[in-house]
Amino acid sequence: MRFALLALLAKGPAHGYELKQALESRLGAAYPQLNIGQVYVTLTRLEKSGLIRGQDVEQAGRPNKRTYELTPAGHEAVAAWLEDASDEPRVRDEFFMKLALAGDTGLADPVGLINKQRRHYLNLMRAMSRLAGVDQPGNPFPRLLVEGAVLHLQADLDWLEKCQEELE
Amino acid sequence: MRRNGASGRDGQEAEPILLVADLVKTHRVDGSVVRAVRGVDLRVEPGEFVAVTGPSGAGKSTLLHLLGGLQRPDSGRIELDGRRVDQLGEARWAVLRRRRIGIVFQFFNLVSTLTVADNVELPGLLAGRSARQVRARREELLDELGLAGKEDSTPQDLSGGEQQRVALARALVNRPSLLLADEPTGSLDSKGTREVLGLLTRYHDQGQTIVLVTHDAGVASAADRVVSLFDGRVTDDVRFAEPPTLQGAAGAVVRLTG
Repeated sequence: MRFALLALLAKGPAHGYELKQALESRLGAAYPQLNIGQVYVTLTRLEKSGLIRGQDVEQAGRPNKRTYELTPAGHEAVAAWLEDASDEPRVRDEFFMKLALAGDTGLADPVGLINKQRRHYLNLMRAMSRLAGVDQPGNPFPRLLVEGAVLHLQADLDWLEKCQEELE
Repeated sequence: MRRNGASGRDGQEAEPILLVADLVKTHRVDGSVVRAVRGVDLRVEPGEFVAVTGPSGAGKSTLLHLLGGLQRPDSGRIELDGRRVDQLGEARWAVLRRRRIGIVFQFFNLVSTLTVADNVELPGLLAGRSARQVRARREELLDELGLAGKEDSTPQDLSGGEQQRVALARALVNRPSLLLADEPTGSLDSKGTREVLGLLTRYHDQGQTIVLVTHDAGVASAADRVVSLFDGRVTDDVRFAEPPTLQGAAGAVVRLTG
């Protein structure tokens, strides 16, 4: 989450709760909400490493809130992050590991595993097709995120089909 | 409004709309034999919305054509509303398709020389209803389907999504027990697809029984029950009783990092 927070701060100073809200409204209700505790922990770490600078702001009758801004090193870190192609693995998948090893255990039948997994994907697909409020004027990202999720599920279902063709 | 459940009234099992047993259909193409449907059993209760899905060549379209009487099975039986129909001749099937079964196709199959109003009214008139009744039903449907004002257009003046909505009105004009849909969004863009799926869902909510065939899992997910067809056989059949969890649902597929 560190680069996401740095990128949000590139727009201007903000405190933790504002950052959480800004990211949530950009991604929409289809994406899980951020854990506010994790936001604060990450901000504290970023401050320690010199990428952001915090300042306490007094509030009448309430505890101080801490507002953060990017340091020059923080700006550089965001720029470098945006510059690099993302090279993390595209898919993390536990199901295929089960499928590949199920035969060895003698504990599960591959087609049964495939059917169970297909039901799971179809149920996720049902959620995607029933999501409301993803069409937001001026913010295409919630809709695009849902479309991406649908395309990934479609690919997963096609993959299951290939596996079924071979294994049945 | 609550849709008709499969459990029926007073705990008694409701009569199924559609009952299919051990249905078999073989095609002969260029001298080779293709076993398109290889012993399919299917029971569809009143008010169900069933998607039949599977890879191309799995036999989905053949199955739908058998259910609509557009092709005849080699063996097995089909009961519609409690009556055996698989052995009926062409003329009797034509009557059934006007009165009991509405069909929507991928390429709409509208009569290009007729207006929207005439396309929708024709099956009503052929079914022997009065012109006044049929016109009232046509007005009601075009209104519900967002096509009011398009009565005098011809199909080629309309977008794909609009043409499919006209085809849906035509299929529903005689209030069929069963609506069959063969890849109904297969030639539509994403907006047309959403519109047509939204309308199918709405008629389902009003109690319409629907069997939809699609290779597209996104389309299948509009239904409450998904039958997976593979190599001419049913390999899975699942009813989704619970509404899915929506909040944060995309996070179960895509995890954003950074």
